[in-house]
Amino acid sequence: METVGIWCGAILTLAIFSFLYKDNPVYKACEAIFIGVSAGYYAIVYFFDSIYKKFWLGAVTADQPEEWLFGGAILGVLFLTRLFPKISWVARWPLAFIVGATAGLYMVNYFVTNAMNQVASTITDVIARGDAGDINWIQSFGTLVILVGVITGLMYFFFSKEHKGAFGGGAKVGIWFLMVTFGASFGYTVMSRMSLLIGRMDFLLGDWLGLIN
Amino acid sequence: MKNLFNMSRFKIVFTVCVLLSLYSFVNAQAPAVTTVGITPPAPVTELTAVDTDNDHGHSITVKWTPSADDGAGANNVLGYRVMRSNSFEGPFNDTVGVVPLGSTNFENSSSIEEGAEGFIPDNTDFYYRVDALTGDSLVFSSSEVTGPVHSYGQWFNKGLIPVFFAVIIFTALTVLFVSAARKGKELYVRPLAGIEAVDDAIGRATEMGRPILYVFGLGVASDIATIASFTILSRVAKRVAEYQTNLIVPCYDPIIMTVAQDIVKTAYMDAGRPNDYKEDAVFFITQAQFAYVGAVNGIMIRELPATNIYMGKFYAESLMLAETGVVSGSIQIAGTDEIAQIPFFVVACDYTLIGEELFAASAYLGREPLLLGSLKAQDYAKAAVLVLALLGILAVNFSGDLGLTWLVNFKDWFKVID
Repeated sequence: METVGIWCGAILTLAIFSFLYKDNPVYKACEAIFIGVSAGYYAIVYFFDSIYKKFWLGAVTADQPEEWLFGGAILGVLFLTRLFPKISWVARWPLAFIVGATAGLYMVNYFVTNAMNQVASTITDVIARGDAGDINWIQSFGTLVILVGVITGLMYFFFSKEHKGAFGGGAKVGIWFLMVTFGASFGYTVMSRMSLLIGRMDFLLGDWLGLIN
Repeated sequence: MKNLFNMSRFKIVFTVCVLLSLYSFVNAQAPAVTTVGITPPAPVTELTAVDTDNDHGHSITVKWTPSADDGAGANNVLGYRVMRSNSFEGPFNDTVGVVPLGSTNFENSSSIEEGAEGFIPDNTDFYYRVDALTGDSLVFSSSEVTGPVHSYGQWFNKGLIPVFFAVIIFTALTVLFVSAARKGKELYVRPLAGIEAVDDAIGRATEMGRPILYVFGLGVASDIATIASFTILSRVAKRVAEYQTNLIVPCYDPIIMTVAQDIVKTAYMDAGRPNDYKEDAVFFITQAQFAYVGAVNGIMIRELPATNIYMGKFYAESLMLAETGVVSGSIQIAGTDEIAQIPFFVVACDYTLIGEELFAASAYLGREPLLLGSLKAQDYAKAAVLVLALLGILAVNFSGDLGLTWLVNFKDWFKVID
């Protein structure tokens, strides 16, 4: 059975890789299998996790039912009114509830991570000193670079002021900082993608063909 | 011989039992156990256990003064073991945590889910004891027992008071600017190249007779990036309707699909072409990340859209989509607030809205007072962050020299205990 699984995995991997050459019937078939299987899988997972395990066992048949789950079930049913054109507007209520509740919940987190923590992290000793009280020039320079990056980066994200003159110059420095950061992030992520490719090659050459241990 | 053997085995078993009983008795009576070479350390003192403040319950914080032999004296303490029991007399068999030497506290917390591993029920009394451990597992000193203590949740998290004030100020600013915008005050939003290019891209698609592909990414309807993307889709759909071009919106999330269908339909009606609206322009694919990517890539290669617009929440699929778009020769405009994915869009797309530019774009296009007002309030909040950070740096670096000691801890004003 394991051998069948390995062969299926290898053939499907090669079929997906064939897209690198050009679109072809094998890739199309593989794509359709992938989409069909995943859509079916998630339909079953959501049904059993949400409707059966969470709602049915938690609210309907449980010894101590969690009544608030009926609230979610009612919102879910309201969403199905989209199927009936005359009352399809009712489906906007559960949507409004989801968006509103999530926005409210995230608001505090956004303030903490994007405002309070940013301010607290930026406030630091610009002139770093060693144990003997002497100035650590390299560390001080690093702190200064971060400080300039934060200030000019924030300037770039001002939308109600035109980027002209000194302000525009600051914003331009800010976008340079952003691009350098993105470059570093790009390189880092490309390396992690390479490790994924190596993993696939390891599967093909090792598990499937047995050419490497 | 057989009897002798049996007798001998009986003696051995008997002796072992006696020794084990003795050990058990000694261990129960005397917390400090001695073996050759290592003497028991001094026990921890001033042991207290209280409910953890500012939380949802299910957590007890244990504090103590370290052993006199922790880094000093006999210097033989390697760590501390926190033990818990349901009664003062014990037995303290439940090891809830082990912390290294130098530690003075331990937070014994659990999930709120009943039945989870180590679950701590609220309003249930517990007793704690802390053992000072040495290199020999048999040599340790136990503290006095503290308790009873029980956990309970608080209605308010006092650690978030700074956030409370920040939210109040920000809300006031938003209300102020929204009402100003509603009264007709012109609120300036600087042009965004990526959004300015949308009209040109739709025109190009019309001239080429090819469709426009609009991708929301992997977000859900409640993501702020997705909400901003809805506004942009509305503008794009209206232009598409006016130019009588085709629009393709493959969706990852079924709720997004239903909202997008409403938006596109309304846009066609606003453009005066309700009959041109096609129900299947917006459709659901799957909720598996890479299956979705495979399908969208297939659409790009087969339908050859003139313009690909990626607006919303994107993860690892960003580069796969944008690379395929380059191969199919499409103009590409992207926008996301996922910092890790922006670099991929920057290298592979013609225009990229970076982070908050995506939110600004929705205000810029929509020109709705609510969006413009909140954008203006955000700018003021950013200005406040900038000023406070600069003031803080000055305070931290120079307040001591200037004798303004109350400013030295300026940074702490922004510390949030979550």
